[in-house]
Amino acid sequence: MTSIPLMPALPEIWLAAAGMALLMIGVFRGDKHTRSLSWLSVLVLLVAVFLVINGASGRTVAFGGQFVTDAFAIFVKVLVLLGSAVSIVLALDYIEREDMGRFEYPVLIVLATLGMLVMVSANDLITLYLGLELQSLALYVVAAFQRDRIRSTEAGLKYFVLGALSSGMLLYGCSLIYGSTGATGFEAIAQAVADNEGAASIGLVFGIVFLAAGLAFKVSAVPFHMWTPDVYEGAPTPVTALFAIAPKAAAIALFVRVMIGPFGELVIDWRPILIAISIGSMGLGAVAAINQTNIKRLLAYSSIGNMGYALVGLAAGTESGIRGVLIYMAIYLVMTAGSFAVVLSMRQGGKMVEGISDLAGLSKTHPAMALAFAIFLFSLAGIPPLAGFFGKLYVFLAAVEAGLYPLAVIGVLASVVGAYYYLRIIKIMYFDEAKEPLDKDAIGRSIGTVQAVSAILILLFFVWPSPVLTSAAMAARALFPA
Amino acid sequence: MLHAAPVFLPLLGAIIAGFFGRLIGDRGSQLVTCGCMVLAAITGAYVFYDVALMGHTRTVEIASWIVSGSFDVTWSVRLDALSATMIGMISLVACMIHIYSCGYMAHDASIPRFMAYLSLFTFFMLMLVSADNFVQLFFGWEGVGLASYLLIGFWYHKPSANAAAIKAFIVNRVGDFGFALGIFAVFMVYDSVGFDAVFAATPGKVGTTINFLGWNFDTLTTICLLLFIGAMGKSAQLGLHTWLPDAMEGPTPVSALIHAATMVTAGVFMVCRLSPMFEYAPTALAVVTVVGASTAIFAATVGLTQYDIKRVIAYSTCSQLGYMFFAAGVSAYSAAMFHLITHAFFKALLFLGAGSVIHAMSDEQDMRKMGGIWKLIPVTYALMWIGNLALAGVPPFAGFFSKDIMLEAAYAAHSGVGMYAFVMGTFAALLTAFYSWRLLFLTFHGAPRADHHTMEHVHESPQIMLAPLYVLAIGAVIAGFALNGLFVGDGRASFWGNAIFVLPDHDTVEHAHHVPLWVKLAPTVAAVLGISGAYLAYIVSPEMPGRMIEAFRGIWLFLYNKWYFDELYDFLFVRPAFWLGRGLWKGGDGAVIDGLGPDGIAATTIAAARRAGRLQTGYVYHYAFAMLIGVVILASFYLYRMGR
Repeated sequence: MTSIPLMPALPEIWLAAAGMALLMIGVFRGDKHTRSLSWLSVLVLLVAVFLVINGASGRTVAFGGQFVTDAFAIFVKVLVLLGSAVSIVLALDYIEREDMGRFEYPVLIVLATLGMLVMVSANDLITLYLGLELQSLALYVVAAFQRDRIRSTEAGLKYFVLGALSSGMLLYGCSLIYGSTGATGFEAIAQAVADNEGAASIGLVFGIVFLAAGLAFKVSAVPFHMWTPDVYEGAPTPVTALFAIAPKAAAIALFVRVMIGPFGELVIDWRPILIAISIGSMGLGAVAAINQTNIKRLLAYSSIGNMGYALVGLAAGTESGIRGVLIYMAIYLVMTAGSFAVVLSMRQGGKMVEGISDLAGLSKTHPAMALAFAIFLFSLAGIPPLAGFFGKLYVFLAAVEAGLYPLAVIGVLASVVGAYYYLRIIKIMYFDEAKEPLDKDAIGRSIGTVQAVSAILILLFFVWPSPVLTSAAMAARALFPA
Repeated sequence: MLHAAPVFLPLLGAIIAGFFGRLIGDRGSQLVTCGCMVLAAITGAYVFYDVALMGHTRTVEIASWIVSGSFDVTWSVRLDALSATMIGMISLVACMIHIYSCGYMAHDASIPRFMAYLSLFTFFMLMLVSADNFVQLFFGWEGVGLASYLLIGFWYHKPSANAAAIKAFIVNRVGDFGFALGIFAVFMVYDSVGFDAVFAATPGKVGTTINFLGWNFDTLTTICLLLFIGAMGKSAQLGLHTWLPDAMEGPTPVSALIHAATMVTAGVFMVCRLSPMFEYAPTALAVVTVVGASTAIFAATVGLTQYDIKRVIAYSTCSQLGYMFFAAGVSAYSAAMFHLITHAFFKALLFLGAGSVIHAMSDEQDMRKMGGIWKLIPVTYALMWIGNLALAGVPPFAGFFSKDIMLEAAYAAHSGVGMYAFVMGTFAALLTAFYSWRLLFLTFHGAPRADHHTMEHVHESPQIMLAPLYVLAIGAVIAGFALNGLFVGDGRASFWGNAIFVLPDHDTVEHAHHVPLWVKLAPTVAAVLGISGAYLAYIVSPEMPGRMIEAFRGIWLFLYNKWYFDELYDFLFVRPAFWLGRGLWKGGDGAVIDGLGPDGIAATTIAAARRAGRLQTGYVYHYAFAMLIGVVILASFYLYRMGR
């Protein structure tokens, strides 16, 4: 009997086991212990981080080539796990206050995170789909978690229906790829492509198109983004925060691994797809957010735009491009977590509000929070020396190195337009008079901590950027075997 | 350096009063600027004595300014009879007017600013007259223009003052454009802008031509006419005169200093300074004569009808400048300079006297609301008499000598333009005498037409205002016979030296001494006739002017409206400029640049945002449709690409 090496998948196995255990605890202890269960889930995720970091750092393939860990996977997994943990922390107060306090919430997030980790480590179309669906199914449920609220259920349903459609496309693409190459494993597909001397058959290219469409749905790139504004707005705010953070990192990572791994030789063939959806996302993200009055909807468009910028790095298809993507995602996660921490603190008279105009006069009533939000917004707008500037810098730099000048120029122009609506929020916070100030006690200790830590990270990134830069460089190199 | 002191002392005063006016206060500013000006007047008198009378001409180089290839410009003080005379006159008159201003502007809110501007003007004027090259001349030229603009608009809260300041500036731009072109042409032709080099090379340029756009122009005529356009602007000659009457919006000391005694004479000075060039350009000289003579008669006719006391004197200034120009035009530069100096005294006296009247009448300037005040302000009355006698050319006052020699020179030129100038000048002398006494009678005699309240407050001006008037009155009385021998008499050759150049066969001043007796008597007779006419019209039968106006209403309106020059310019230049400006603003900048640029892009973005928002219908099947379309487009793209 051949032994199956389990060690490379230790974090996943830990999460799966711990998820079951948390579920059992929840079932037996009931909804009253949701808060402690949440903290326990955070602990579980942090242990997983520890396991990821302390795992083999080199490239290790397991489960008959179905599963791979390498520096790239480690980098993204750390991001995903931390992002999920922050999402749970952000939700702590909200779920109690807004009658969402059921123990399944943290458990579902842990299971979704498990799916994300599998996605990141996928080395086979089957594993890819497995991870994707595990993640998606958990998230569908979470989106509709306030099942007695029509907005929430609508969001969940929309997400589910469109997600199913995208899964269908993805699977169709997989089957075309299998039909063209006779393989589902990434190495085997890459071998088949190489055997064909880099010339792709039409079936393979169509397969890639459908596969990319399915993945673009997950990263909410134009024109597969349509669900995003509705779901972001309709879902409970902590869920929105969750959607905007960890799954984005996982989906982008999966996108990168699939495009660079099996289809790395076909970069000329798939680059137009990336350029198209990247330009579309940047443009729409910049333009459509201008008219929004709801802060969550605005952040939805913002995240669409941000995914567009990240995809610029992938469109470059080079090692420095991938490095740019990873740096961008790391910074994006921090900015987004901080922004949602602010949004989760917006309460008037004990009720959550989501209007941008409700932020008027924030600088007077909540100076610290206004400052933190201003930092996030300036960073999102790409104003140096804040971290967001460097995120954009590295992807645009990679695009220029790859000769994609129009893409870089469009990206810069889009970020100029986008700066308008970020700066408008700052103007509202600092220069408009508050009609009705936000509640003083709205900021819980945990959320306040997230705001503060995120703001400091964004503000001081330029002082000591090397940990992120070097590990991103290592991760990117792992995808490009010499 | 003593010779440069009168030029730079006013600058020192201007800097101190201008930048530290708040620190040293009103009284401090007055003391500093007046102190500097008194020192400048004393050193200026010394310069006049040393350079003009003793003949110690020299050029004091201050610093190198621009050195670029063959273009070499220095800051320097050129001292010869011409500039020394001007320095002496300017520093003295400016000093008097500084002192007068202390009294006249006593109740103004921004005294340091006024004193600083006044001193700054004096500095620029002295830079202008002491220039050794065209560029420094232009520097002073523009500097006095700037100071004039600042001072006309000194009461910037008055819209009329702002409009007048802008008008003065813009009309002068027209002249300065010609002047600048002239300087460019000088550098192009001579490869130098220094006076000495240019004058030395001028005889060699006679008959040469400049080719411009395929046309050949006579070099010297072209240059001289271009430079004369500058002189016309600054000296308010016919065509470019419209700014001068409006410039009376400035405080009265400004009118006296800038718009009577000094700045407006810069054009005359320039023509005299450039006499070595103009002498070789007879066509240009003829133009100068005709323009001067026409201005003299034009301004005199307008002066007959005006009611604003300062405007009458302003048109009188304009007219007298015309005299100077036609004198220069017939090569009687020394006569022009003579009249320039005497005019500076009596015209400054008249303006300051008018200021004293205005002061007495509680800031009333309309002569129709004056009258009957001669007993109340006898000193001012007497001083105005002296000024008018000098202006009208009644012997033995200053104007008699200078006006006589100019008219005689014009007659002695024995040319068509010279005769035109003589006839016009003599007739203008009659009109001058008439409007001068009209002013005097309307202002001081007859029944009081001011309201009771004003009449009660009529008072003689304080001594600080009267003292400068005494000094100027002395000048208006004696400057004529004191300087006659030196300027235009037997001593003129040794006095002027090389400063003024006249071709031997152009020596009209010499010929002027040998004209028939009736020519010598004509100006005086004209003056007496004018005074008598005014006496008849305004004292003997005061109802006569009204009847005359009724009888000749058309002519009167034509004159009263200043020959409709302002309306003509408004129609020809101002409105088209406004239309053009408005068109470029609304159409060019607003519609095209803003419309397609910032505003257009912003509007497009907002429209795109609205459309993008509308795409988000909320219907799942729309969303699914978008996804499918996306895939179809991508797939079609590849199908198309691989099919090729």
